Amino acid sequence: MFSFIKKYTETMQDIQFYPIFSLLVFVAFFVGVIWYVKVMDKKEVDIIKNLPLEQ
Amino acid sequence: MQLESFQYDNKTVRNFALATIIWGVVGMTVGLWVALQLVFPTVLNLQPYFNFGRLRPLHTNAVIFAFVGNGIFMGVYYSLQRLLKTRMYSDTLSKIHFWGWQLIIVAAAITLPLGLTTSKEYAELEWPIDIAITIIWVVFGWNMFATIIKRRERHLYVAIWFYIATFVTVAVLHLVNSFELPISFFKSYSWYAGVQDALVQWWYGHNAVAFFLTTPYLGLMYYFMPKAANRPVFSYKLSIIHFWALIFLYIWAGPHHLLYTALPNWAQSIGIVFSFMLIFPSWGGMINGLLTLRGAWDRVREDVILKFMVVAVTAYGMSTFEGPMLSLKSINAVAHFTDWIIAHVHVGGLGWNGMLTFGILYWLIPRMYKTELYSKKLANIHFWLATLGILFYAIPMYWAGFQQAEMWKQFTESGQLKYQFLETVTYMAPFYAMRALGGVLYLSGAIIAMVNIFKTIGQGNLVENEAAEAPALEKTYTKHAGEHWHRWIERKPTPLLILSLVVILIGGMVEIIPTFLVKSNVPTIASVKPYTPLELQGRDIYVREGCYTCHSQMIRPFRSETERYGEYSKAGEFVYDHPFQWGSKRTGPDLAREGAGNLKKSNTWHFNHLEEPSAISTGSVMPSYAFLIENDLDTASTPVKINAMRTLGVPYDASFAAKANADLMAQAKEITASLKKDGIEVPANKEIIAVIAYLQRLGTDINKK
Repeated sequence: MFSFIKKYTETMQDIQFYPIFSLLVFVAFFVGVIWYVKVMDKKEVDIIKNLPLEQ
Repeated sequence: MQLESFQYDNKTVRNFALATIIWGVVGMTVGLWVALQLVFPTVLNLQPYFNFGRLRPLHTNAVIFAFVGNGIFMGVYYSLQRLLKTRMYSDTLSKIHFWGWQLIIVAAAITLPLGLTTSKEYAELEWPIDIAITIIWVVFGWNMFATIIKRRERHLYVAIWFYIATFVTVAVLHLVNSFELPISFFKSYSWYAGVQDALVQWWYGHNAVAFFLTTPYLGLMYYFMPKAANRPVFSYKLSIIHFWALIFLYIWAGPHHLLYTALPNWAQSIGIVFSFMLIFPSWGGMINGLLTLRGAWDRVREDVILKFMVVAVTAYGMSTFEGPMLSLKSINAVAHFTDWIIAHVHVGGLGWNGMLTFGILYWLIPRMYKTELYSKKLANIHFWLATLGILFYAIPMYWAGFQQAEMWKQFTESGQLKYQFLETVTYMAPFYAMRALGGVLYLSGAIIAMVNIFKTIGQGNLVENEAAEAPALEKTYTKHAGEHWHRWIERKPTPLLILSLVVILIGGMVEIIPTFLVKSNVPTIASVKPYTPLELQGRDIYVREGCYTCHSQMIRPFRSETERYGEYSKAGEFVYDHPFQWGSKRTGPDLAREGAGNLKKSNTWHFNHLEEPSAISTGSVMPSYAFLIENDLDTASTPVKINAMRTLGVPYDASFAAKANADLMAQAKEITASLKKDGIEVPANKEIIAVIAYLQRLGTDINKK
């Protein structure tokens, strides 16, 4: 399987787009996390937040 | 709902706590010893086992894996049970984990002074120990996950996210970086060579800092700081952003250890960008930690535990500000290879990890022993000794770092380098002495802590099994109205693990795969040839002695470096280096072209210098390697080594292994003959001859026609 990957990546064209593609993944990921935090239920957050203080 | 009764396991937590404090004192003592070796090189380098090159890895491994490692497990075993309202899944697994980890530490403490090392920083342990680490890590993960599965609390608090990310990422890092070909029970060659080996190593090295020294400790911060301050974390939402941003960004940052080296430029640039961005989540986390104390600041004056924690989080903030700055090329050009980096890591190590560990210990031990801390006064003295110790350590090292960089780079008006390298070494003596004083202060504090903790233990009784009650978890989860689909992540550990894995793999793959697979990334140089058998043996001795702890083999493309060391290093020069030996610190000069150009010295010079460095270079802090003159070279291993190199792709002829020793002897005799002319009689089969052959080879290939 490894040689299969190797064969194609050795001859990969336009390899410079690889990092740019990853940057896009990164930005998308971040937007996702911020959206996720934004829509979190406040009551639930309070419950979780206090978990360490429960005896 | 019916309450279920169960018991928390405090015994395992106590065991890890004791291991933390004991190994901490041991690791710091070794650290003080190596610091003093630079002040009193002839007295304190006890050759061969306790020379600087063999002890320094022992210090780093001891404080990272023994002190902080046990500290992680102590905190995880305590907080995980309480956050999930259940006992650890299996007492047997807990026991195997504890004793297995201590055995690994003992194995490290024995093998490193014996010179059994891979030379990859913070991953020096040889392959059998690597396998043991893998097994024990799996035991830890298994125990943790099984505990999560049988929990009585639906939500997974953010500390547990950090623990999960730690487990999965350390597993990946350890497996990828430890790819090696064993040639005997305690010797292996890295599967990777040169640039690729360097990239994998620093991807590992940086993320060892990230996922061993940082993420688990952030988990501990998010649990123990609210506990100590008795109020919830400032912003839980911020902690979630902190978590995802941190694990996503950290994994890309490794190449900042390789700026201006022969690593392809695009990989360096990715490293810089991501390292710089790391400041945002890191400071988000720091602010979240400090603001947890809002409204409780008056207590910081009285409560010694909070004092430790405040300094810890502040040190975290300082080192995570400095880290991104050091990743900028212009600053890195000054700081890299100097003592500045030593200051940087000790602000993190002594400040963040050390102070948080002690704060947690002071909080935890009295609680598990149902007693008060033996002496608050001693804890306060410890606090001040530790804080002053950090300052006495870091300030001289920052100063030393600036001075080194300044002196290495200065030219006279006529365009000559102003300082010999040796002048920059002797100039460091007072700074090294002051740093050792900082170490003495910090270590004394740790010893006081040990006494205080033992006394506390003596006056209390351990509650081995602490009774607790909680309702069972409902088998089926009913969604409440208006719930978003993404809520599952806070309830489900397995998707969380998989998502963390995916997140860290993206960065890892983007960084590593192209360098491995695209040939144009490492241009080959036709005149670069494999090492001769004698040079290969010499190289293995160079690795064994830990020469890389003080000597780099990487000339950066600056005029101050090319003037001093010769032509800058090219990626193609290292294609047969299993493992790479670029180093990360120049306590001594760079050796990449030790055998070439102006730097070339006679065999006799090398012989005398290795025997007694300070006799040749007055003021040198290098230990003596006189034992290399006595030691016989292990020629029986030569054919095995040649064959191993062939397996790794080094182009020796198939029949070469059989005649390798004849070739080795012929080259050794040439060296002994030249030594004889200068009146030095030494048999050809001694280790020193191989080391001389290797040093004379360094950097010569690109000049060959």
